[in-house]
Amino acid sequence: MSGQLTIMQLEQKANDIREDIIRMLEAAGSGHSAGPLGLADIFSALYFNIMNIDSRNPEWEDRDVLFLSNGHTVPVQYAAMAEAGYFDKEELLTLRKLGSRLQGHPERERLPGLESTSGPLGSGLSQAAGYAYSLQYLDDSKHRFVYVVMGDGELDEGNVWEAAMFAGKYKLSQLVAIIDRNNIQIDGSTEDVMPLEDLRGKWESFGWHVLEVDGHNIESVIDAASMARAITNRPSIIIAHTIPGKGVDFMEYDYKWHGIAPNSEQAKEALKKLRTLDGKITFEGAGVE
Amino acid sequence: MSYPLHPDIFTDQVKLEPIRAGFGRGLKVAGNTNDKIVALCADLTESTQMHLFRDEFPDRFIQVGIAEQNLVAVASGLARAGKIPFASSYAAFSPGRNWEQIKTTIAINNQPVKIIGSHAGVSVGPDGATHQMLEDIALMRVLPNMIVIAPGDSVEAEKATRAIAENGKPSYLRLAREKSPVFSVEDSPFEIGQAYVLREGYDISLIGTGAMSYQLLKAANLLSEQGINAEVIHVPTIKPLDEETILASTRRTGRIITAEEAQIKGGFGGAIAELLSEKLPTPLKRIGMQDRYGESGAPNELLDYFGLTGEKMVDVIVEFVHNTPQYHR
Repeated sequence: MSGQLTIMQLEQKANDIREDIIRMLEAAGSGHSAGPLGLADIFSALYFNIMNIDSRNPEWEDRDVLFLSNGHTVPVQYAAMAEAGYFDKEELLTLRKLGSRLQGHPERERLPGLESTSGPLGSGLSQAAGYAYSLQYLDDSKHRFVYVVMGDGELDEGNVWEAAMFAGKYKLSQLVAIIDRNNIQIDGSTEDVMPLEDLRGKWESFGWHVLEVDGHNIESVIDAASMARAITNRPSIIIAHTIPGKGVDFMEYDYKWHGIAPNSEQAKEALKKLRTLDGKITFEGAGVE
Repeated sequence: MSYPLHPDIFTDQVKLEPIRAGFGRGLKVAGNTNDKIVALCADLTESTQMHLFRDEFPDRFIQVGIAEQNLVAVASGLARAGKIPFASSYAAFSPGRNWEQIKTTIAINNQPVKIIGSHAGVSVGPDGATHQMLEDIALMRVLPNMIVIAPGDSVEAEKATRAIAENGKPSYLRLAREKSPVFSVEDSPFEIGQAYVLREGYDISLIGTGAMSYQLLKAANLLSEQGINAEVIHVPTIKPLDEETILASTRRTGRIITAEEAQIKGGFGGAIAELLSEKLPTPLKRIGMQDRYGESGAPNELLDYFGLTGEKMVDVIVEFVHNTPQYHR
């Protein structure tokens, strides 16, 4: 728990996370770029402000829990976990390699700190709802919260709406869902592949409290999470508007970067962008090792 | 020590009870001794006999509606929170509808969720092919980490339910709708992973799972009238298989018949064939659904039509015995 970090420090954490994502993906030679980069600010907010967690004691019984439903974005979670001290940063470079604890999609049993195994889309909300049901009705643990991060393309899955009905029915107020609303999925824009709007209206009609934020404004994300926790008669969902590939200009908004990793040239270029904060800082030390 | 059989099984007084009834009783008993047990159902609470638990422990019962994917994934989340969830529906829908959620959120994730598939097999009857789950054994036994159990009768189902409540592992329990003969008694043993010799013999081993083990006992009686002395093995745990008991019987008899109320391809017969072809190649014939779907009809009529009664099995077994040399002798 490190609620003391300033917004600026959290932004720096997000940038560090982005740099690690680029390094990991380059070393892995495959994986998803756009989603993890777009989620870096949210994960900085989650791991360094919002969630009550202890990286030295991943199974701490009073912890908040995070289910990553869109498992393909797990590089951002690994990077945030390493930054938070769950494991050494060097291990990040084993991503997707044989014998690594950092599987291409997260596997709970391999890495302490993961709450579940995910990859196939659409079932994270159900699991988070099951956990939240336990806290609210079976354990009397009112002080703990369950967060779940979902992609927007993932909302095509019927399972999501089964879970949305379930959480609405049981008024799971300790459940906070975050949708990475970046408008892309593998085959193109979400509104072309399978329109999601009116997204707010859909969730409201399922009995959810809906918040919308700029997913790159860390202060807004933290505020939205606080408001979500304050709602005691409904589950909450934060629709976080993000830019896929955020921070690396040649990846931003381009759905082709959804499912691929940068090669070494592209990684060098991306790291330069990140280190100079998109050209805002200009000094020679901003090169790449 | 021989397996104690119910004394009335070959009389008109044979006790009949649906296997699922034993599950309902067992879950209630387990719920009394372990308050971590929670039950979830997808709008079939009485059909799956979960109402016994619901009525006793309403605070630990969760109605998820007709949503089998959510059913098992919510159960996975409950397990992560330290609960022992039992998730029930018809086998046609769970694992029929939600196999991927079971694989990812329960099997790879290795959470101790208990998936209860009721109304399996053709004996569901008039509902027809869509509701007669025949592929669940194949679907579930292929999953690493998953325990697969098809109890032979209601008495054993109660024991199996209590056993999986405490085994700490992802588990699948296969149940049937119709009344079927109760061949075991309270003192009959049940342990996960254990197969049982119900009747000793030396001409052939008849290996069954679920309610088919009773039909094999019946067949063995009829076979003895024709001078064939059959051994009958009951295999309630399909995964992990009790290889030792099955291989030992195979060495004694050198011929194998398997019986199941499911697809033989990939099913229980498939499991035995895999075991024997690797470890002790032996002539084998599989009784069960022969790569086709069921259809509407009265339960007993269907069992007869598809050759799944002791009487119908006899002809198949006699022909097999007469045309097949006895191995390992």
